[in-house]
Amino acid sequence: MRFRILLAATAATLLAAGAASAEDTPGVTATSIKIGNTSPYSGPASAYGVIGKTHSAYWAKVNREGGVNGRMIDFISLDDGYSPPKTVEQARKLVEQENVAFLFQTLGTPTNSAIHRYMNAKKVPQMFVATGASKWGHPKEYPWTMGFQPTYDVEGEIYAKYALDNVENPKIAILFQNDDYGKDYRDGFLRGLGDKKDLVVSMLPYETSDPTVDSQIVAMKDSGANIFFNVTIPKFAAQAIRKACEIGWKPLHLLNNVSSSVSSTLKPAGFECSKGLITAQWQKDPTDPQWADSEGYKEWAAFMAAELPDADKGDVNYAFGYNASTLLHHVLKNCEDMTRAGLMACAANVKDLQLPMVLPGIKINTSPTDFYPVQAEQLSKFDGEKWVLFGEIIDASSN
Amino acid sequence: MTRPNPITPTLFFGFVAAVIFGAALPYFVTDFTTFQFTQAMIYGIALLGLNILTGYNGQFSIGHSAFYAVGAYTCAILLYHFEWSPYAAIPASALVTFVVGFLFGLPALRLEGLYLALATFALAVATPQLLKFDLFEHWTGGVQGLFILKPDALFSGWSTDQSLYYVTLGIMLALMIFAWTMLHSRSGRAIMAIRDNPIAASTMGVNLPLYKTVTFGISAMFTGIAGALFAIVTEFVSPDAFTFFVAVNLLIGSVVGGIVSIPGVIFGGLFLVFVPNYAQDIKLAYPWMPPPWAIFGTFLILIIYFAPFGVWGFLERASAWARRKLRS
Repeated sequence: MRFRILLAATAATLLAAGAASAEDTPGVTATSIKIGNTSPYSGPASAYGVIGKTHSAYWAKVNREGGVNGRMIDFISLDDGYSPPKTVEQARKLVEQENVAFLFQTLGTPTNSAIHRYMNAKKVPQMFVATGASKWGHPKEYPWTMGFQPTYDVEGEIYAKYALDNVENPKIAILFQNDDYGKDYRDGFLRGLGDKKDLVVSMLPYETSDPTVDSQIVAMKDSGANIFFNVTIPKFAAQAIRKACEIGWKPLHLLNNVSSSVSSTLKPAGFECSKGLITAQWQKDPTDPQWADSEGYKEWAAFMAAELPDADKGDVNYAFGYNASTLLHHVLKNCEDMTRAGLMACAANVKDLQLPMVLPGIKINTSPTDFYPVQAEQLSKFDGEKWVLFGEIIDASSN
Repeated sequence: MTRPNPITPTLFFGFVAAVIFGAALPYFVTDFTTFQFTQAMIYGIALLGLNILTGYNGQFSIGHSAFYAVGAYTCAILLYHFEWSPYAAIPASALVTFVVGFLFGLPALRLEGLYLALATFALAVATPQLLKFDLFEHWTGGVQGLFILKPDALFSGWSTDQSLYYVTLGIMLALMIFAWTMLHSRSGRAIMAIRDNPIAASTMGVNLPLYKTVTFGISAMFTGIAGALFAIVTEFVSPDAFTFFVAVNLLIGSVVGGIVSIPGVIFGGLFLVFVPNYAQDIKLAYPWMPPPWAIFGTFLILIIYFAPFGVWGFLERASAWARRKLRS
């Protein structure tokens, strides 16, 4: 008993010490928190710039409503043009010159890779990075970096298992984008196949500079494959769906989540051709009518109407940004210790949080050993109008 | 006939003043600002390479990002896979890029003007994809790139940023003197004669193929050294750092500094590092302004309009004008 009291007292002292030193944390005062971000507002990935814009709009709204626990959020988002050396410069500017408390949702795999070691050497949190690579959740080696969305390779694994369980005499064709994103999906899928990798009869890459993927689709049909894993971004996904439909190839068509948007992929491909597509989802597709009446969607739609009235609401990236900002809001609101280490500990202590634009039942969980906030996905099938969720929520953390 | 001494007192004292200023700078600014100036000097070295080729020799290149990448990757691979010292990897990168540049210069001999520009353009576009190519992935790290470690500071009183600043400053000065000496020699006159009138130059006995390919090699070497320094300073190389956009940036820097000048490259480098940031700061401070790159473009147009020969050309004209005024 006495030991427990001692322990409690020690803990209280530590907490007090933590609270005291919060004053010394760069970027944190009694009335404000300074948060940094890098996003591609220019360059090849500028389509993702809307995520950064959503964050800026979100924190402006929070400030108008009185901030977080009395602290105003000074959110500084800088353009890195998706160029890794520029990210290094901007991150150093934010940390060393602007004295931000931490970085939040820095976007991109190559860009985050470039500052990964710097942030950890400086002991500045690199929180909820906006990339699907699998390397952001290694608290032992990189205690200051935390991921956010489900990783691409885990999603690939989910498809592989589904395909093996549901197709007789499987023969697999894989079309993938020749970069880190495409290879992550591909490698996850192959890992999911385990010792059955020889079932892959055709594996073809494409470059984003290619005009079409028609020739790949024709070659894949000729390979006799009855499972098609489609790892492409929306433009090419629509082409692939359309071409397969036109030449009468009807495999089990697994479409990566990246291109699951009804408005930007399935509509151009044609709803009739898109029937039967299977994807894994974790966010609510804003163009999917079935969410229109859900609480989370209404909250998001109200935010969009008030803060970003001119935005294209069909773009799932606005929902993505909103989800991530809501998560950070939750973390900051429930955090006592505002030191950098304290903030990291709070980020690693989220329990069963349901985000507004994440599928019902997919909860955010983190712990000191689990730096992957969203890890569950659910398979869904396109019925010609909308995605219909089926099966159970697949939690990759149990893999 | 004696030639006038090309080193005028103004040039000499200007050079000495610039060196003193450059040497003192890190003691008055933060590590981050020092790092930015290091970046500007690295760009300056790369621009020096481009100026020798395009400005002095008249061979148009919009593909220098490729040599920048070769230098950076050579250095990164030597550091990462073979654990070389950075100070040994820089000369090695110089050698490799010289050879690569020389070899590229051979087929480029048959290409003039726009055609050469297009060939170098192809090189710039292909480079990031070649770096991702499966066959080289083991060495280049593929899309993930390679991490390397900054060397420790040379003196215990310096931070690593300060140390790298002085290393870069030293290399830049050495290369500037090298370029200056070369361009003011017999070979330099041959290089410029090829630009001004290749037929006349060959009539005068200038070996065109040799001069053009060697100039290509030297130009690539300068840019490659810059690439190696870049890899060390950012501690990371990846294919996305060497897109075609970098090649365009180098061309912009060259023109802004003055494409037919040696000291102008410093202004070109400063422009490339600081102006995009200022453009962003302006946009952040005044949200009604156009997007940052539009502001950047405006600065660029203003410079080209008011200083068509670049910043250095502008300074030269201004000093000539002042001298005339003083004399009269």
